[in-house]
Amino acid sequence: MPNSKSAYSFSNKKEKFDTHIIVVWVDNEAGVLARVVGLFSGRGYNIESLAVAQVDEKLKISRITIVTTGTPQVVNQIKLQLRKLVPVHKVADFKREDKAVIFKEMALFKIVGPNNKLESALKACKKYNPILLDKTKKSNVIQITALRREIDKMSKDLKKFGLVSVSRTGAVAMTRGADIFK
Amino acid sequence: MSKLYSGAEIVFKCMEDQNVDHIFGYPGGAVLPIYDELQNFKSIKHVLVRHEQGAGHAAEGYARSSGKPGVILVTSGPGATNVVTALTDAYMDSIPLVCISGQVPTHLIGTDAFQECDTTGITRPCTKHNWLVKDINDLASTIHKAFEVATTGRPGPVLVDIPKDIQFQKTKYKKPKKENKLNGKSHNHFNQNSIDQLIDLMSKSSKPIFYTGGGVINSGPKASELLRELVYATGFPITSTLQGLGSFPGDDNQFLGMLGMHGTYEANNAMHDCDLMINIGARFDDRITGKIDEFSPKSKKVHIDIDPSSINKNVKVDLAIVGDVKTVLSSTLKSLKQKKSKFLKSNKQQTSKWWEKIQKWRSVRSLDYIGSEETIKPQYAIERLYELTKNKDSYITTEVGQHQMWAAQHYKFNKPNRWMTSGGLGTMGYGLPAAVGVQVAHPKKLVIDIAGEASVLMTIQEMSTAVQYNLPIKIFILNNQYMGMVRQWQELLHDKNYSESYTAALPDFVKLAEAYNCVGIRAKTPEELDDKIIEMLNTDRPVIFDCMVDKVENCFPMIPSGKPHNQMILGPKDQESKKITGKGKSLV
Repeated sequence: MPNSKSAYSFSNKKEKFDTHIIVVWVDNEAGVLARVVGLFSGRGYNIESLAVAQVDEKLKISRITIVTTGTPQVVNQIKLQLRKLVPVHKVADFKREDKAVIFKEMALFKIVGPNNKLESALKACKKYNPILLDKTKKSNVIQITALRREIDKMSKDLKKFGLVSVSRTGAVAMTRGADIFK
Repeated sequence: MSKLYSGAEIVFKCMEDQNVDHIFGYPGGAVLPIYDELQNFKSIKHVLVRHEQGAGHAAEGYARSSGKPGVILVTSGPGATNVVTALTDAYMDSIPLVCISGQVPTHLIGTDAFQECDTTGITRPCTKHNWLVKDINDLASTIHKAFEVATTGRPGPVLVDIPKDIQFQKTKYKKPKKENKLNGKSHNHFNQNSIDQLIDLMSKSSKPIFYTGGGVINSGPKASELLRELVYATGFPITSTLQGLGSFPGDDNQFLGMLGMHGTYEANNAMHDCDLMINIGARFDDRITGKIDEFSPKSKKVHIDIDPSSINKNVKVDLAIVGDVKTVLSSTLKSLKQKKSKFLKSNKQQTSKWWEKIQKWRSVRSLDYIGSEETIKPQYAIERLYELTKNKDSYITTEVGQHQMWAAQHYKFNKPNRWMTSGGLGTMGYGLPAAVGVQVAHPKKLVIDIAGEASVLMTIQEMSTAVQYNLPIKIFILNNQYMGMVRQWQELLHDKNYSESYTAALPDFVKLAEAYNCVGIRAKTPEELDDKIIEMLNTDRPVIFDCMVDKVENCFPMIPSGKPHNQMILGPKDQESKKITGKGKSLV
C-alpha cells in the first residue's frame, strides 16, 4: 500500500533521515513520560531508544533522553511540539555525529560457558570499560558502556563465547567542556 | 484560622474567581458532591444538557462567541468519554475549554470500579494539558492553572479530573496567583527586525495577498480592528480560511472570499500566483493548501502565529513571526506609519496589474449556481437567509458538510465571533449544541444553526435543552435527504455508487419540533421561502426549520484532491473537462 499515509496530499520529495538525540527536562509528575511518548506515537515520530530518570530531587526534575530519526523538518517539529507540553522546561537536540557531545549506553551481558570462553568474552569487551558484576563457575555478567553501534557489534560478537542474555539502556548524553545546556 | 472548604466548594470558589457565569454539564455519581454545592453559588448558572457531547459543543459555542473560556462539568466514565469528541474538536480549532470531570474515589482508581475510566489517559492527546487531582491541597491551584493554560498562548481545552473523595475533603482555599507565567513561557518571540523585514517585503511586492485565519479571531476583537486597518493601509487583497471569516468584512471589495477546497476562484488563484503571502493566524491546513508540492510556487511566505510549532509544519516559510496577532499587527502598523506613511499611494501603481488580474478571476463568478423556480437551491436558501438577517447582528453556527460550505460561501460576516463552525475535526452534530452555547452567552441575539438533516440528527436531543432554558435558537436545516458531501464525493470519485449516503427514514422535522415543544416550519418552494424565513425570525421560541432543497446539488467551486490551487472545478459545465482520475481518488 504505497498510499496508505493519513495525510491527504503526498509529497514526492525524498529527504534524508538523520539521527538526533533529544534531551528533555520535565517536571517529574504522574503521566509525564506518557505525555512525551504519546506525542511521539501520536504524531508518528520514531523512538530508537529512551532513557529517563529524576536528576534533581529538590526541584523534582527528570531528564529524558530520546534517540530518534527524522528529516530536518520532522526533528524540528518534535522539538517545537515537546516545548508546548506544560511540564517540559527545556529541550536540547544533538546530532549523533556532534563531536561536542558525549553519548553513552550501558549494556549487561550474561555469558554461560566454560572458563576459557568466559575469559575470551571479557577480553573482547576490553575497549568498553568492562566490569565483571557477577561470576560463577559457569557464568559471567559483564557490564560495558559504549556507543549504540559498539554495543550492537558486541551483542553479535559475544554469541560465539556463549552470550545468553542482553540487557541494555537507552543512550544518555552530556555536552563536553564546562558549558551546560541552557 | 481561615475557613475550611470542601473540594466541591473549592471548585465553585475557583470558578467565581475566574469570572465563570455559566457551566454546561450533566450530573452523575462521581460529581454529586459538586452538584450538591451548586445551589450555594448563585452567580454560576448551570445549563443541563441532554448528552455530554452537547455540553462540550455548547461550551465551545459559548467560548467562540464570547471570547471567554467555556466550562463543562461531567461525571466519570461515560460522562468523560462522551465529552471526548468535543474536547478534540476544541483542540483542533483552538477553543479554550475547561472540563471538570468526576472520578471514582482515589482508593478505587485502578480497580475497574463502576463508571471508572482512565480519563486523563483518554483525554491526554486531545487536551493541551490535564490533571488528576489526588490531593485536596492541590485542587485550587490546579483549577486556576487549568484556566490559565486553556486561555493563554494558542487556546485549547484542558481537563481536571477530581476523585469523589477529594470533593468531600476539606482544606483552605487559595486565590489564584496573578501573572505566574507558564514555566516562564512567553508568547511573543519576535523583534523589530522581523517587522522591518515584513514591511520591506510588503513594499517590494507587486502581487501580495493576506491569508488570515482563526488566530485573528482568537486574538480578540482588537486584532480584527487592526487587521482591517492594515489591509486598508496597504490596499492588498485579503482572503480568509473557514475559521477566520468575520475578522474582515465579507462584503468589502478587498476581500476575495474564503480560500481552500471550496473557496472562491479568485482567492485560490491569487494564492497560487502571488509573490508575497502574509499568513496571519492560519496554519496551512491540507484543505487550504491542496497539493503541497505545487502550493503557491512563486511566493515569499510570511507566517504570523502564536504557536511556534505551526511554523514550517506543512509549508516552509521565508519569514516567521511568532507572537500574538494583535501585538504583531500593532507593531507592523506602527512601523508602517513611521517608515512608509504614503504606503498606499506608492503601492497602488505597483499592484494595479495584480488587481486587474484578480478582477478577471472575479468575473468568473465562481459562486454562481443554476437557479430554479420549482425547487429550493440550497445556495439560494442561504442567500435569502443572509439577506433577511444581515441587519440583525446574527450569530451563525453550522454542522459539517455541504451546507457548511454553502454557508461559508454565501453568508457574509462583518464581525468576528459571529461564525462558529467545526473546521479542524469536522464534527457533524456540532452546530445545534453550539447554538445553545451561543444563545446562553448572547440571550438577546439572533442565533441560527445552518444545518444538514444528517448532521443535526446526531445531537438533536439538545433541542430539549433549548426549550428548557427558553433559548430561541433557529435550526435552519437544508434537507436534501442525503449526506450531501458524502454523496458529492461518491458522485465525483466513486462512479455514483451512493453507498449508504441516503437516509431512507428521516423524521418529520415539523412534528419533531412539536414533540420537543418548540416550533416547526417547513419550506418547499422558492416562492414561499422568504415568508417562511420571516415567520421563523418573528418566532421568539426555538424553531426547527425544515428547508426542503434540491437533493442532488453539488458544492462548487472545488479543488479536487491532489490538485493545486489553480486547477479548480467550477461548476456543472466545467466538471466534464476536469474529471478526477487515478491518483486523485485516493487522496480524498
